[in-house]
Amino acid sequence: MPKIMSQKEVIGLVKDGSSVMIGGFMTCGTPCGLVEELAGSGAKDLTIICNDTGLMGDGIGMLISTDAVQHLIASHIGTNPETGQKMIDGKIQVELVPQGTLAERIRCAGAGLGGVLTPTGVGTVVAEGKEEIHVDGRTYLLEKPLHADFALIKAWKADRKGNLIYRKSARNFNPLMAMAADCVIAEVEEIVEVGEIGPDEVVTPGIFISYLTRRSN
Amino acid sequence: MDSKQKRALIARRIAQELSDGDVVNLGIGLPTMVSNFIPPGVNITLQSENGFVGLGPTPAPGEEDPCLVNAGGQPVTILPGGAFFDSAESFAIIRGGHVDVTVLGALEVDAEGNLANWMVPGKMVPGMGGAMDLVVGAKRVIVATLHVTKDGEPKLLKKCRLPLTAAAEVDLVVTDMGVFEIKDGQMIIVEKNPEFTIEEIQVATEAELVVSPQLRDMDVSGL
Repeated sequence: MPKIMSQKEVIGLVKDGSSVMIGGFMTCGTPCGLVEELAGSGAKDLTIICNDTGLMGDGIGMLISTDAVQHLIASHIGTNPETGQKMIDGKIQVELVPQGTLAERIRCAGAGLGGVLTPTGVGTVVAEGKEEIHVDGRTYLLEKPLHADFALIKAWKADRKGNLIYRKSARNFNPLMAMAADCVIAEVEEIVEVGEIGPDEVVTPGIFISYLTRRSN
Repeated sequence: MDSKQKRALIARRIAQELSDGDVVNLGIGLPTMVSNFIPPGVNITLQSENGFVGLGPTPAPGEEDPCLVNAGGQPVTILPGGAFFDSAESFAIIRGGHVDVTVLGALEVDAEGNLANWMVPGKMVPGMGGAMDLVVGAKRVIVATLHVTKDGEPKLLKKCRLPLTAAAEVDLVVTDMGVFEIKDGQMIIVEKNPEFTIEEIQVATEAELVVSPQLRDMDVSGL
């Protein structure tokens, strides 16, 4: 059963130098309360794994602005020019990963797999330094799993057992990250009693969730 | 033809390539305009790589839902019969060959079907997002682009010079000057904008054009 905690308390668990996955796509489905709390905590040297860095100062952009990030693994940073500038200035080390590969690398870690073979990136800079494997005449890249110390995810509703449902396109990377970190913190809009979310409706089973929190304001 | 007319010409021509029942992913910008020109009687399903099928039009002002955005982060709607899924399933749809057609823009495209559309060395790098997966995974890849750059340089090359998005995956290129099939290392012009001669189009193209025996004029009426 996940513990219900305040955002401040739960973010206190994240130590400098931790690896942290953060759900969302262009701030849609990003746990913005947790991100704001983390940015405000003065955390440093984080490795952040996410799809994109949101907008300047918004969503995951808050962590870029406060120089909390040392290493970033993402598919897109173009909507936040501050990330690009800090990459050029050498303040953030950025690893760009094709979006589908990012999703599968996270899924692999959560699913106990040693990696995934994908045709995406063959013949491009993405293939540099990676093992190529040929299966039935087609070339694939071996892409390795991505695991993290923490996952900060956003869902619409949770029951007290941590079973989650999402709203519309705010689902994106959240269910995958819920499986791929040692400690999974879910920011939700509403916590309901067990039984109020039917077993057929659950998208992320509560067994993956360590902490539940609601945005404080 | 002004820039608006050129873009409309490209989008309208690409819409003719779509068949009833197709699952289609449209890139941001010019490719998105294709949805404005779907011929009557053709019903397609639009896929949005951030996690749904059944992408609908922009909502009316005040009706926007922050939990419903397209792959550019802009508010959109979902049509009845649509479905949401997570990013792994979304890219399984894309990589698994369940998208019939993808339409993307280009910085450069070449006669071997190579596409470069994600970065320019020395400039701010936005990242590839979902483009690499889309170009590799979609059954048919259509490039929508103006024929030349802002400086008048060719974009249809013998061989791409910029870092590739994917190698040998492009099937068709539609520009304001013509429609070009990529086949067996050749760039074949199958339709031309009647405002230009083949010679004029070749001058604006670095790749050596092969003229199709069935060459036709593009429909440029009513733009």
